[in-house]
Amino acid sequence: MTITLDSIVENQKAKVVSISGGWGIRQRLGCLGIHPGDIITVRKSAIMRGPILISVHGNQVALGRGVARKIIVEVE
Amino acid sequence: MKIALMGQPNSGKSTIFNHVAGYKAVTSNFPGKTVEYTLTKFNLFGQVTELVDLPGTYSLTSFDLAELEARKYLLKGNVDVVINVIDASLLSRSLELTLQLLELKLPMVICLNMIDEAERKGIKIDIEKLSKVFGAPVVPAVAVKGKGIKKLFSTAYEVGEKKRIGKTINFSKDVEEVISQLSAQIKKKQIEQEFNIPERFLALKYLENDRYFMENYERKSNDLFKKIVHFQNILKETHGRQSDVVISSERHHLSMNIYESVVSLTKPYKSTIDYLDNILMHPFLGYISLGLIFYLFFNLIFGAGKIVEEPLLDYFYRLIPLIGKSINPNTLSFSIISGIIQGLAGGIAIVLPYLFPFLFGLAILEDLGYLPRVAFLLDAFLHKIGLHGKAIIPFVLGYGCTVPAIMATRILESERDRFIASVLATMIPCAARMTIIFALVAFYISPQAALVVYILNIIVIIISGKILSRLLPEITPGMILEIPAYHIPSIKVALAKTWLRMKEFIFIAWPLLIVGSTILSLLQYYKADNYINQFFSPLTSFLLGLPIVVGTTLIFGILRKELSMLMLIQAIGTSNVAAVMSATQIMTFTIFVIFYVPCVATIAVLWREIGSKRTFFTIAFTSILAIILATITRFVY
Repeated sequence: MTITLDSIVENQKAKVVSISGGWGIRQRLGCLGIHPGDIITVRKSAIMRGPILISVHGNQVALGRGVARKIIVEVE
Repeated sequence: MKIALMGQPNSGKSTIFNHVAGYKAVTSNFPGKTVEYTLTKFNLFGQVTELVDLPGTYSLTSFDLAELEARKYLLKGNVDVVINVIDASLLSRSLELTLQLLELKLPMVICLNMIDEAERKGIKIDIEKLSKVFGAPVVPAVAVKGKGIKKLFSTAYEVGEKKRIGKTINFSKDVEEVISQLSAQIKKKQIEQEFNIPERFLALKYLENDRYFMENYERKSNDLFKKIVHFQNILKETHGRQSDVVISSERHHLSMNIYESVVSLTKPYKSTIDYLDNILMHPFLGYISLGLIFYLFFNLIFGAGKIVEEPLLDYFYRLIPLIGKSINPNTLSFSIISGIIQGLAGGIAIVLPYLFPFLFGLAILEDLGYLPRVAFLLDAFLHKIGLHGKAIIPFVLGYGCTVPAIMATRILESERDRFIASVLATMIPCAARMTIIFALVAFYISPQAALVVYILNIIVIIISGKILSRLLPEITPGMILEIPAYHIPSIKVALAKTWLRMKEFIFIAWPLLIVGSTILSLLQYYKADNYINQFFSPLTSFLLGLPIVVGTTLIFGILRKELSMLMLIQAIGTSNVAAVMSATQIMTFTIFVIFYVPCVATIAVLWREIGSKRTFFTIAFTSILAIILATITRFVY
């Protein structure tokens, strides 16, 4: 089942399927180790539809809600 | 020889740089604090060597201004050796930049920094194997402790002498095929000589659709452009993804493979500092801690400053009447001497006691890695004023000094965001204005009143942000921010950083302060200050209800914000401000000084970063705001 990253709950793992944003966002996410195929764990979700905190390849990244919505993931 | 430090943000380049240069570059624990390059010259085996600390960059396909600066510097092509600094605890991700740097075919050394942190995380790296893979020497280091730095530079020297270039590692066969075909096309074009970089590197940038390199051709729409599009389409068809995704996935897979072949994983060792996020980033406790941390922070500064301010002020103001006994108080020389003493006193007794604890505390928070957490917590709120979480970093730095705050807006991606953040940053009370709030409002009215000033200031900034984002309606790109691991701050580094920032006050502001107070003494002696005060009286006296003598102080305040307060004390002729001004007047004066016209240094940096028109807009906007707010204060407070 594919959903967007912003709808994943805390401490759940997901695999990136694709990134629906444009060139800039793909490149910037790629730099931080987020490509199709990578496994992401959602660590924290801020209140008031704030950003989410994920960990990927042993590293923590904060993603704004709008950015997270552009990452399409798959949960087992 | 010219050596450049290049690496991903927060990998420790500036820390290595400072080992060689002394503390010259500001280091902190958040990605993107170095926005301009810093240079130093040092002696390496009897040779004068230049070392450049470049802003951190995640890849050579760059986005923000700081990253572009780093890339431009490298592409200019006069660097002899590149030191690729890697945070060893983030090896797999960092190798992607290393692969790109190798494509440039420059002599290179790889520095595995924070090797202790990597081991703590259970990552054990086979150094020799890694060095073989890249055909470049690899030196492990712990830069904060100075470990491995000597070895690093002796290796760099050797590599530079021998001009030793690392291996280029190939992608999958079909991708390589496309790259070499495109490279061959580039070769024929003499026009490419202007870049002076390997064809393969350029071909890759074209396939990655890099804006900087593509712009040239998109407009001209010439032969080569059509060929580039042709090859981009080949990759797109064979892989079912955009060509830039194909290239970045190739690089990603290569780095993952290299990572897996050189690393053996063991059980990570968790220390208590790793659990800090359970509180500091908690959806509820996080905000309580945020409020508490900043409340305690300002209380401590005020507590520490007050202990020192009172006795020192007493001492200095007993000194002037003493001099008056030996020199006639009505002479010119007495005016000059008392002007100099008041300038000295202002620096020692009023500014330094608050400035030092503030800058030291800020340094500790920065080095711990708290600022990116604040960005996470406040992202949703910043969206309400049309910005995103990262903008909090320039804002927090703004409490120290507005100049680095405006420089730090470079970490924001869009020009509009940088403009709004710059204007708002000028309204944040910097350390100079903090001394005014503390020494006038907190000291003469109450610490609670000072807190109210800070809270009101934030409210005004929020409203201004809303107005500006209405004027420039554009959706801010979302936040993508790395949250680095916490580091236990080193007292030594924090003190060095505090000193670096205080130097600015001691060597630039203080002499200005002494000269300024002497000039004011002379103006008073020749009664020339009356003209200036008369000129400003419609504003100061009529509208704001302040003593007429504050007119001159406002001019000095444009030079340096703290001057306006110190000049005020001199202008009214007593250190006991409360004897001459009412609480309302003190409050009105403070509010006006916080907002009106940014200081000269800020105007200069604004001019450079956002241009003349927008700088004039900022000056007008803040002046109008200051007049309105101060008038309200006069009648309401």
